[in-house]
Amino acid sequence: MNKPLRRIAIFCGLLVLALLIRDNWLQYVQADNLAEHEMNRRVPIERYAQPRGDIIVDGKAITGSQKVDGDDFKYKRTYKNGPMWSPVTGFASQRIGATQIESIEDRILTGNDDRLFFRRSLDMLTGKKKEGGNVVTTLNADAQKAAYNGLKGRGKGAVAAIDPSTGAILALASTPSYDPSSFAGNTNKEAETFGKLDKDSDKPMLNRALRETYPPGSTFKVVTAAAAMEHGLYTDIDDKTKSPLPWTMPDTTTPLKNEGNIPCKNATLREALRVSCNTVFGKIGSDLGKDKMLETAEKFGFNEEQFVPVRSNASVFPKEMDRPQTALSSIGQFETAATPLQMAMVTSAIANDGTLMEPYMVKELQAPNLDVIEKHSPKEMSEPLSKENAQKLQDMMQTVVNEGTGTAAKIPGVTVGGKTGTAQHGLNNSKNPYAWFISYAKTDSGSPVAVAVVVEDSDASRDDISGGGLAAPIAKDVMKAVLDSKK
Amino acid sequence: MSSSTTHTSTIGAIGAPSRRNTELALLVFAVVIPLFAYMNVGLAISGELPPGMLGYGLGLGLLAGVAHLVVRKFAPYADPLLLPLATLLNGLGLVVIWRLDQSEKLQQRPTFSEAAPNQLLYSAVGIALFVGVLLLLKDHRVLQRYTYISMVLAIVLLLLPLVPGLGMNVFGAKIWIRIGGFSIQPGEFAKIVIAVFFAGYLMVKRDALALASRRFMGLYLPRGRDLGPILVVWAMSILILVFETDLGTSLLFFGMFVVMLYVATERTSWIVFGLLMSAVGAVGVASFEPHVQVRVDAWLDPFSKAVIAETGTDQIAQSLMAFGSGGVLGSGLGQGHSDLIGFAANSDFILATYGEELGLAGIMAVLLIYGLIVERGVRTALAARDPFGKLLAVGLSGAFAIQVFVVAGGVMGLIPLTGMTMPFIAYGGSSVIANWALIGILLRISDTARRPAPSPAPNPDAEMTQVVRP
Repeated sequence: MNKPLRRIAIFCGLLVLALLIRDNWLQYVQADNLAEHEMNRRVPIERYAQPRGDIIVDGKAITGSQKVDGDDFKYKRTYKNGPMWSPVTGFASQRIGATQIESIEDRILTGNDDRLFFRRSLDMLTGKKKEGGNVVTTLNADAQKAAYNGLKGRGKGAVAAIDPSTGAILALASTPSYDPSSFAGNTNKEAETFGKLDKDSDKPMLNRALRETYPPGSTFKVVTAAAAMEHGLYTDIDDKTKSPLPWTMPDTTTPLKNEGNIPCKNATLREALRVSCNTVFGKIGSDLGKDKMLETAEKFGFNEEQFVPVRSNASVFPKEMDRPQTALSSIGQFETAATPLQMAMVTSAIANDGTLMEPYMVKELQAPNLDVIEKHSPKEMSEPLSKENAQKLQDMMQTVVNEGTGTAAKIPGVTVGGKTGTAQHGLNNSKNPYAWFISYAKTDSGSPVAVAVVVEDSDASRDDISGGGLAAPIAKDVMKAVLDSKK
Repeated sequence: MSSSTTHTSTIGAIGAPSRRNTELALLVFAVVIPLFAYMNVGLAISGELPPGMLGYGLGLGLLAGVAHLVVRKFAPYADPLLLPLATLLNGLGLVVIWRLDQSEKLQQRPTFSEAAPNQLLYSAVGIALFVGVLLLLKDHRVLQRYTYISMVLAIVLLLLPLVPGLGMNVFGAKIWIRIGGFSIQPGEFAKIVIAVFFAGYLMVKRDALALASRRFMGLYLPRGRDLGPILVVWAMSILILVFETDLGTSLLFFGMFVVMLYVATERTSWIVFGLLMSAVGAVGVASFEPHVQVRVDAWLDPFSKAVIAETGTDQIAQSLMAFGSGGVLGSGLGQGHSDLIGFAANSDFILATYGEELGLAGIMAVLLIYGLIVERGVRTALAARDPFGKLLAVGLSGAFAIQVFVVAGGVMGLIPLTGMTMPFIAYGGSSVIANWALIGILLRISDTARRPAPSPAPNPDAEMTQVVRP
């Protein structure tokens, strides 16, 4: 009986071997996938096991952590002035999950990042508790406050402000907003709060500065002007353009209308931008054709998602359109749509003498002991227009502020250029129009800020809504806040 | 030539060391290692030494000491590895069960009660039974007398969970009974009783089963009437699968029978038959039994939301994630989150806690300890001098191996999950007690095998002729 016994011994060995192989597969080959599986509750448990690292603005934390009892999540996130900062931070909720910076930089904030591995191992040996690192943002607290307070009084809207020379985002506000502290924990009450916010028809959870695209209206005319000069259609901003009035769009019998009775017949580029002539810029777009318009728009960043590192929706300049549609698109109508960030990028490229810098809002990642782990260095994204043309366009935009539709944005002693926009939307333009304003401020040492403001659905009557009246004062406050903080 | 050097077996030469001191040295490790683990858990969870440390250490040490002394006295030539290995597993099991008792998440469950004190009690009862086996069973061949009584007893044990009012349905599997306040898994005891029956039966019938056969395509095919026994056992297993809906128990008994049949007859054809029949049976039953189908679905796609809704639990997914989160070295005792498994975390799924907290390294060590126990059992069968002892030893070791494979394989997602528990480490009285008895029987067989043959009676003729001097 010994021969079969020996074989049985081998068989039993094989059973154990099969288990060993399976275990190696699970705990070595598949280990990381399983450890970070979306269903693995250890990930959130870990995330909230120690105070989370902070998100920092101007050297001060805008977040915090608070100990909670009776749950496997030990600490919950708190926010200082949550509604104002939520478009920057996103939220980290024990029940719902994390978004935006809280999600993207999660590994740093929890202290799990690989770059912290050595430190973590040391801490383990010395018995120190794990700590999270910090995320230092580029934002400017005063500018953010000016943007948020300005919007709050005006209903729904958004502001994006950029430092044109680096691409650093200085303000990113959206109203109505929400307080991420209100559902940071894991209770049913907090889940309900989130549910209500999520279903609210005013969409308080929407980050309008990055994730909502609006028809840019007349503010898009600066892109069309840039295209006209870049493609050599007009070179001198004070020469008369070939612009008949009334102007019938090609292939149609429909005349393109101006807002009111403004002097647009053969107006110079400077004059056309100052009074915001639809006919002049519509004809420029039509004359250039869709390909050249598309080329310039895409150099400014249209039709592409931006990651700052939070994702921003792609702004749209239509790729397929006929000639009248091209004319309409060139004055910011038809399917053209832009995020506030996109329009701030357009303004910043002009203010930065034609160079568009990549927008970003995370300046540094810090280890728990404040050592810098990663530092963002400004990167050039594209050059939508030449320095010469950019300065011509600046000249035109300064005229708009000094003696055109944007006088509300004037700041004494500072050069300001801007452009208003009033975008109609809804069936037969029945809804309240969006009021836009884009502008930059310039000092002797270059331009420290470019800003885009959009105000939607204001309670004010239709006639009162115009970029100059509603949006420009907010833009002015933001620019002033940045200028003051530089002093 | 001195008569003292002749012996009748290949093993167990006269003067062979008893290895009792080896066993004692190993036992010290088997007690000290769990003590360190216990300390480790206390320090990890509350930052201080666990208050029960002294009592627990003394308790385990005492149990191991008593077991050792009884072996030294009543089975001096028994295998020196089996007792320390079983003690080590039992001790580690107690620590990990205690560790899961400390989990706040499990304490919040409505059915929670401290399991470690009970398990310590069950271990004491188990070792008492182990001692009882060694004291009362002087020779394992006595069991041969109870072949058919064992059969009846085994059938009764297997049928008990089906008795209305006695049986319990735990998550679909009906392998438990409740008497008084205790839940008992009769299958664990049936495992031993049925091995006695198979060994006794096969020892008598093995010649008929082995020799009377026809040759067909290189295989010896048994005669039709000799197929009877395997068909009966197969039918029993299928019935277990259908009525108790437990694949593990079914596989265990059928597998054990095929192993013993193969050893008894030395005919490979039985293995082929066995594999074919179990495949047919398993696939056949799985095609119409919803509970088995659910288990198969949960095995094939443990993370699918639909399957989790269907089974009502995400235990397998949780178990796999516990293993994965442990990685190579584990999180350290007391620092994992295997309590997320929830129900049965300290019984059927206890291996996942080892996986998470001791890592790949720890699981490999635990699996190798099980492997070592099985191989010492098969070694005992090899050394045994009588066919009944050989069959009984290989039956018990084979059943042990299959059980470890079925449970660990189920928890690790290698095969569909079943309702059995890891011997010695999982919480559960029946399992610990029955497995201590199993180790006791193996020790008895190995003692008989290694015991030196009694020296032959002195032969007066061989004595030196006395020279009578005048």
